[in-house]
Amino acid sequence: MQAHSDSNVYYVPPPSIWPLVGSVALLTLATGFVLVMNKIAAGPYVMTLGMGILLVMLFGWFGTVIKESLAGKYSKQVDSSFRWGMVWFIFSEVMFFAGFFGALYYARNLAVPWLADTQLLWPGFSAAWPTAGPGLKTVIDPVNAWGIPALNTLILLSSGATVTWAHWGLQKGNQRQLKLGLAMTVALGILFIGFQIHEYAEAAFSIRDGIYGATFYMLTGFHGFHVMMGTVMLIVILFRSLAGHFTLEHHFAFEAVAWYWHFVDVIWLLLFVFVYWL
Amino acid sequence: MLNFPDRRAGLSFFAARLLIGLIAGLVPSLSRAEYALNLPAPASDLAQSIYDLHTLILWICLVILLVVFVPMAIALVKHRKSAGYQAAKFHDNLLVEIIWTIIPVLILFFMARPAASLVVSMKDTTKEDLTIKVTGYQWKWEYEYLGDNIRFMSNTSTPKEQIEGSQPKGENYLLEVDRPLVVPAGKKVRLVMTSSDVIHAWWVPAFGVKQDAIPGFIRDSWFKVDKPGTYRGQCAELCGVGHGFMPVVVEVVPPEQFASWKKEQIAMAATAAANANKTYGMAELKALGEKVYSANCAACHQPDGAGLPGAFPALNGSKIVSGDKSGHIDIVLNGKPATAMASFGKQLSDLDIAAVVTYERNSWNNKTGDVVQPADIAARRK
Amino acid sequence: MNTTTINGAAAHHDHDHDHAPAGIMRWLTSTNHKDIGTLYLWFSLFMFFFAGALAMVIRAELFQPGLQLLQPNVFNQLTTMHGLIMIFGAIMPALVGFANWQVPLMIGASDMAFPRLNNWSFWLLPAAGTLLIASFFVPGGAIAGGWTMYPPLFMQGGIAYDMSILAVHILGISSIMGAINIITTILNMRAPGMTLMKMPLFVWTWLITAYLLVAVMPVLACAITMLLTDRHFGTHFFDAAGGGDPIMFQHIFWFFGHPEVYIMILPSFGIVSTVIPTFARKPLFGYVSMVYAVASIAFLSFIVWAHHMFTTGMPVAGQLFFMYATMLIAIPTGIKVFNWVATLWRGSISFETPMLFSLAFVFLFTIGGFSGLVLALVPVDIQLQDTYYVVAHFHYVLFSGSAMSIMAGVYYWLPKWTGHMYDEKLGKLHFWLTTIAFNVTFFPMHFLGLAGMPRRIPDYSLQFTDFNKIASLGGFLLGASQLLFLYVVIKCVRGGEPAGNRPWDGADSLEWTQTSPPPYHSFVTPPLVK
Ligand code: HEM
Ligand SMILES: [Cu+2]
Ligand SMILES: [Cu+2]
Repeated sequence: MQAHSDSNVYYVPPPSIWPLVGSVALLTLATGFVLVMNKIAAGPYVMTLGMGILLVMLFGWFGTVIKESLAGKYSKQVDSSFRWGMVWFIFSEVMFFAGFFGALYYARNLAVPWLADTQLLWPGFSAAWPTAGPGLKTVIDPVNAWGIPALNTLILLSSGATVTWAHWGLQKGNQRQLKLGLAMTVALGILFIGFQIHEYAEAAFSIRDGIYGATFYMLTGFHGFHVMMGTVMLIVILFRSLAGHFTLEHHFAFEAVAWYWHFVDVIWLLLFVFVYWL
Repeated sequence: MLNFPDRRAGLSFFAARLLIGLIAGLVPSLSRAEYALNLPAPASDLAQSIYDLHTLILWICLVILLVVFVPMAIALVKHRKSAGYQAAKFHDNLLVEIIWTIIPVLILFFMARPAASLVVSMKDTTKEDLTIKVTGYQWKWEYEYLGDNIRFMSNTSTPKEQIEGSQPKGENYLLEVDRPLVVPAGKKVRLVMTSSDVIHAWWVPAFGVKQDAIPGFIRDSWFKVDKPGTYRGQCAELCGVGHGFMPVVVEVVPPEQFASWKKEQIAMAATAAANANKTYGMAELKALGEKVYSANCAACHQPDGAGLPGAFPALNGSKIVSGDKSGHIDIVLNGKPATAMASFGKQLSDLDIAAVVTYERNSWNNKTGDVVQPADIAARRK
Repeated sequence: MNTTTINGAAAHHDHDHDHAPAGIMRWLTSTNHKDIGTLYLWFSLFMFFFAGALAMVIRAELFQPGLQLLQPNVFNQLTTMHGLIMIFGAIMPALVGFANWQVPLMIGASDMAFPRLNNWSFWLLPAAGTLLIASFFVPGGAIAGGWTMYPPLFMQGGIAYDMSILAVHILGISSIMGAINIITTILNMRAPGMTLMKMPLFVWTWLITAYLLVAVMPVLACAITMLLTDRHFGTHFFDAAGGGDPIMFQHIFWFFGHPEVYIMILPSFGIVSTVIPTFARKPLFGYVSMVYAVASIAFLSFIVWAHHMFTTGMPVAGQLFFMYATMLIAIPTGIKVFNWVATLWRGSISFETPMLFSLAFVFLFTIGGFSGLVLALVPVDIQLQDTYYVVAHFHYVLFSGSAMSIMAGVYYWLPKWTGHMYDEKLGKLHFWLTTIAFNVTFFPMHFLGLAGMPRRIPDYSLQFTDFNKIASLGGFLLGASQLLFLYVVIKCVRGGEPAGNRPWDGADSLEWTQTSPPPYHSFVTPPLVK
């Protein structure tokens, strides 16, 4: 026999409405998106509604989690569940990006050379990268890797450092360092997004310009979206630090966001090498 | 000893044996030729090798099946609780497990060797005597004899009435075309395949050739058939509404006959070119147009021009058809991107397009009275 | 396999929600793994009948040559949606339902690791199901390009195509969240003393399946996102004119698709590996090698995808590599079959319904494995690709494999879930009808494929008539037999002989230490496993 104190009982939350709200939100959002894509007038309204429901759900759900966390419902075991959960979630994101990197590899190293070999159908086409393909006549003027992209690399790398510095602060019990580190990270994240928007605005090609445009915008676009999500998460964590939510032994939310940020960082490095540089 | 203390278990066991017996009894009686239990009779060396490989694998599988399931059957008969059998306690045996890992590996090696060498020869498209470009269209094939200026479409020729059941079905129902591919016997024919719209697959089982036709890419394949005759196959990649109605027919003829056939084709092409500058009357155009329509357009827009609401627009009463001629001609020539509406400019002659446009503009409730001439089409081509 | 001591199972804790909340809210807002498992299973059964009804119409059309009931475009909608819904709506949710009910019970956990997330995973399914079913009623009808969604054909459809893409996205989110939940539960919530190698094999198979899900569902998301942008945002991923390649879609799709078929079969292996030892009254033979076999199947499933694409005309090296890799999968698969037979050997076997289904599984799945091996050989596959032979193959592995193992599992655990015994006589009748009808339906399809009948055609030439007739008749019987299944299940839910804690004398995993049905919150305090 082993004695179990109540605090060792795994916390099973009471019934909750938020998951259901979440699926209603996604159904509405998806329906709205379908309508928008097919140019049906109601689309934007339905999509906005879906967004709204999604936001309500996120606030409600995460609010509940934070409340439970502060109420001390989460034992060590629950904490490690969160950790496993986050690790596997990040793994799924890695695979998502792996798919697009795979597409980039395939298009650039296999499909384009094959097309160049198909002179019967595409006379005069020769393999090169960047290319908009044999059927479109566009010439692509790529973004110079050593301009904004290099600067952005620097920014993201330093943001990785600042978030780690914040973590050290937390571990030392230095709340000031935690808050300062987080604030700097948020600022760097916003800076990155700003530069990225600027780069898109300046770029001489669009997502419609063949396989180069498609892979470029898909990869950098999804990455940019992840940076935005990460920044929002960092802002939430910053506010929670200001409210003094994190203690030495209880700060999973902080770590989860830090991991996520590092993941976004690593993806960027791959992007820099394979999309911008090589 | 077998006894059945538990009647229900006994019954189901009996039923199982009955089932197995039935299947075993059925197989020989079914294996008459007309039931086609196996791959069709091979007409090329490749198809023959595939056939043999398949037979070999089937026997190996059968032997493994017996080795695995005879013991299982014995266990099910003998080691029954209802027969009073006490369970043993073992649950591991490293040696046995190693053995039954290694033996399958060896069997697989044995299977892989002939398969691999066959793959290599199937892929060897060099030293061809003749190259034909095959292009898939929704839903017909185009054959172009590279270097010979022969190019034609091959459409299904099974009448709609047979499909809908108002006429008895012919012997080659769904496997017949208006113009088959003609190739010389005993020559290595290389096919280079592509598609103009979606992915199709060109398949003649007796040749052992099945190759996807991929838009924008060329993939090749080959066959050499010694015995003259007519060989039939079908499109083997889902390509939309007409996928089931896209047969492949190949006529293999002696080389001398092939040579004279070629001459004929070249002469025919010359007459067709001459006709392109003539002017035609409404009746003539409508008659030809109806043929072109049922071969190319009716699958989607339907014989009565009503279309399929939501999927394919109606032509009867359509704005484009009753509107300006040039808009009508343009959509037939160039198609509509991202829809099943193909650009027929690549597929049909000026005369055919003139005929079908005239037909559409003067059929059903459409009464524009316009007569469109081949020259009008030529003028709108770029 | 392991002896267990239950500690404090009866000692109820002072929880604020000991009993199930009443009414509809119990199901809408549930955080209870058993309720959510039940929801998954009912959803799956509903979808099974929905997609099954589509199949009945398909078989009716194919009963004789000619077009009788359907226009070709409707026929294509039916085959496409039958496949898509069976896979994502019936088989996968059923297996996740089993995971929900059984994994916590079998490892002595109080619930899933993330109970709210669990509920979300479920309620996303009806959202996606709504989009899919509604897509039949939009202009142009449902998607008709095959469940594999190959472009450029998939570029040609209307609004239903977008609905289905987004539905699959939602299903993907559901699967990923569900899988993360299952992995975390298994890794973090096992009762003290239950080491990984003491876990019931069913739990092992789900651990590995969940890993596959997390790894490949995002890749599917990526593939269909590219489809969507090609359709609406002007990208050229799958368009040669823009430097893309339609075949690239197939590579990405099958990188998901092949592991996906193992996602649908590994938990079935787990169910069968639970049922057979129970009714052979003998421990599973080769537990360790079973675990390794499952793991190596999972690993290999990542490097065989292009065996679905042999006729696309890959370079020789590619064809050979994927042929060899595919053949390798037969080895761990074979080991599993050998182990099941060895488990039966010198057991004390009885033939209750779950056992009958499991035995049929072993035999019929093996036939599907053999046809898989035949298809793995490139030259033979080139003859058989996209014919009814492939249809026969995947129904042997998916119907007599996954679906029949699900039925085995349902009969096996129904007494635990409901507290009542099911009607054994009717169960057996259901088994025999299903097994016979299944073989009558699908065995002739091997011959059809060999003789050259392409799949996905609404009409066929005359030499295929006889076998199609037989297949259709078998199909109708198969469909009708499943109504009996529904009846048996409902009857069992409503009442029946009390099951007691452990109705099967050969069963030994933790769930059988609980009452039937188990308390709303079981294992609130973890048991101690020795
Ligand atoms: C020994 C194991 C297996 C081998 C060697 C194998 C091999 C193959 C091959 C080569 C194909 C491609 C056939 C073609 O399209 O030409 C195929 C198709 C398929 N297999 Fe298997 N298979 C095996 C087991 C399984 C299992 C366990 C499942 C599912 C539970 C499965 C489900 C499928 C499905 C659904 C398809 C057809 C997909 C489609 O085109 O719609 N297979 N298999
Ligand atoms: Cu086709
Ligand atoms: Cu596969």
